[in-house]
Amino acid sequence: MRERYGLNDPLWKRYFIWISGFVRGNFGESFEYKREVDELIWDRIAFTLIISVGSLIFTYVVAIPLGIYSATHQYKWSDHFLTFLSFVGMSIPAFLLALSLMVFAFDIFGVPLFGLFSAYYEGAPWTWGKLGDLFKHLWIPVIVVGINGTASLMRIMRGNLLDVLGQPFVQTARAKGLKEIVVVGKHAVRIAINPLISILGMSLPGILSGSAIVSIVLGLPTVGPILLRSLLNEDIYLAGTLIMMLSLLLVIGNLLADIALAWVDPRIRYE
Amino acid sequence: MSKIQTAPDQTIEGAQEIEATGEIGQLSYRQLIWRRFRKNRMGVIAGALLLLFYILAIGADFFAPYHYNEINMRLRHVPPQRLHFSLSDGFYVHGLKSVRNPESLELEFTKDMTQRHPIEFFFKDADGKRHLFSSAGPMFLLGTDRMGRDLLSRIMYGARVSMTLGLVGVFLSIVLGSILGTISGYWGGWVDNLIQRIIEVLSAFPDIPLWMALGAALPPGWSSIQIYFGITIILSIIRWGGLARQVRGKVLAYRESDFVMAARAAGAGHWHIITKHLLPGCYSHIIVIATLAIPGMILGETALSFLGLGIRPPMTSWGVLLEEAQRVTVLLHYPWLIFPAVPVLVVVIAFNFLGDALRDAADPYSD
Repeated sequence: MRERYGLNDPLWKRYFIWISGFVRGNFGESFEYKREVDELIWDRIAFTLIISVGSLIFTYVVAIPLGIYSATHQYKWSDHFLTFLSFVGMSIPAFLLALSLMVFAFDIFGVPLFGLFSAYYEGAPWTWGKLGDLFKHLWIPVIVVGINGTASLMRIMRGNLLDVLGQPFVQTARAKGLKEIVVVGKHAVRIAINPLISILGMSLPGILSGSAIVSIVLGLPTVGPILLRSLLNEDIYLAGTLIMMLSLLLVIGNLLADIALAWVDPRIRYE
Repeated sequence: MSKIQTAPDQTIEGAQEIEATGEIGQLSYRQLIWRRFRKNRMGVIAGALLLLFYILAIGADFFAPYHYNEINMRLRHVPPQRLHFSLSDGFYVHGLKSVRNPESLELEFTKDMTQRHPIEFFFKDADGKRHLFSSAGPMFLLGTDRMGRDLLSRIMYGARVSMTLGLVGVFLSIVLGSILGTISGYWGGWVDNLIQRIIEVLSAFPDIPLWMALGAALPPGWSSIQIYFGITIILSIIRWGGLARQVRGKVLAYRESDFVMAARAAGAGHWHIITKHLLPGCYSHIIVIATLAIPGMILGETALSFLGLGIRPPMTSWGVLLEEAQRVTVLLHYPWLIFPAVPVLVVVIAFNFLGDALRDAADPYSD
């Protein structure tokens, strides 16, 4: 048994064998499942991606309008209310939110909101019905994972827009007699939104981490629960591969964010 | 010279303005910060609240009605008892009556109206230790857990671990981050490059999965204290990078400033320049970042312990307490087990408000 997994070799040698296999797409074998790691992880990584991308979209779609609203209504009661809400949103740990939502949903609907599919579609082949079922379950994890990011992004958007609104060119636009909505929408928001794209890369670790822990609480078939299991069972090849994959996702995401930034803002050029 | 050391941000323009207003001109940089900070009501409230929490945590032996590991196997999952007040008895709680549920065969508790357990202040327990308040009969204001331990006492003791872990962790990141950030910014060149690449590699890991892996790697035989410091080090290993970047940025900006040039021309050594001219300018900045980093650490510990990879019983923390509330079925039967989430939220929000107020105050020469 130890022979088969190469556990008699010294640590550095085992690591070297594993990492050189990793590059070639051979991730080793899971101790617990007695199967190749790469059979176990791909659909989980796909679900992780779906939830992360969904959360990212949710974050930006909600945070930007709220940030704009908050900035254009500075120090009104609605701004104070949103500020307070965003502080709470930043402070609440994702797993707690998931837990309370689950209890809440159980109280109202009487069914546990567990997993990504209803029992009927679990293990069934992919059909349109199954896809619809997936979307019906998807919104809870997406919102839960996205809430922390949404709160902080909203604050950043508000701050940026307030900075921009104080600049001379906005005053010029107003002096020209443009409507307020044109001044804000066409002149100010365009500038204020740029930093948010560079933040895209920075918000990825939070979302990936969040999705891992939320999945554990909600029992979603993503990387999180299997990572926890593999760590508790010291299933090192599986755990190592999962962490490596998450980090790879992050690096790729960062790269995409940088490309998006260069594409949106023509002033940024990489040599 | 001394004035410039304490306030390197102070520009000529700012100085003139202060002289013109007269009264403010008498105040030091620190007094100005304090004055600005006091004006932020939310910040002051948050600061006072945190102070109170720390006092309660440090004095948990005295403030908590019971010891955190006092097990009452016959009083498992007692729901929170209501506090009553009457002129004859003072504060009191009703006694407990246990009924076995015919379906689940669990003991369920209702209150026994005939009994009254008055609450005594400065109560002396069996070991002769004083408690701020406790009662001779069972008194569980927030209910008990699955081993009949008083939840209120456990939350107070848990605060010790949860709240100090953030402080110690941030302290470690500050030390590491300031040293490496200063080196990076002051010397530049390949050292700077190397440190920056290390920070980038560290920030390429998603934090919670990496924490989980490192937490799982802590040897099972370790004692509570070793685990505590192990978790602290794990949390700060990833978080020093951001701080180092900020310090580096500040140091870079000051390195070319006139007062550093003057010091160098006067023959001051590197050590003197760094400790006397560069770091004082970063202090306020470092404190702000540190305050804003503490909630992240507290949440990190809570999440790790919640998953069973952090602090291990018998030591207790808010995350350990929440671990019991992990399953929905448990939570539906014993909803009070979620209560440790409240202090987590309050403390994290308070730190965020405090950090925000400090950030506004740290730059007393703006607007």
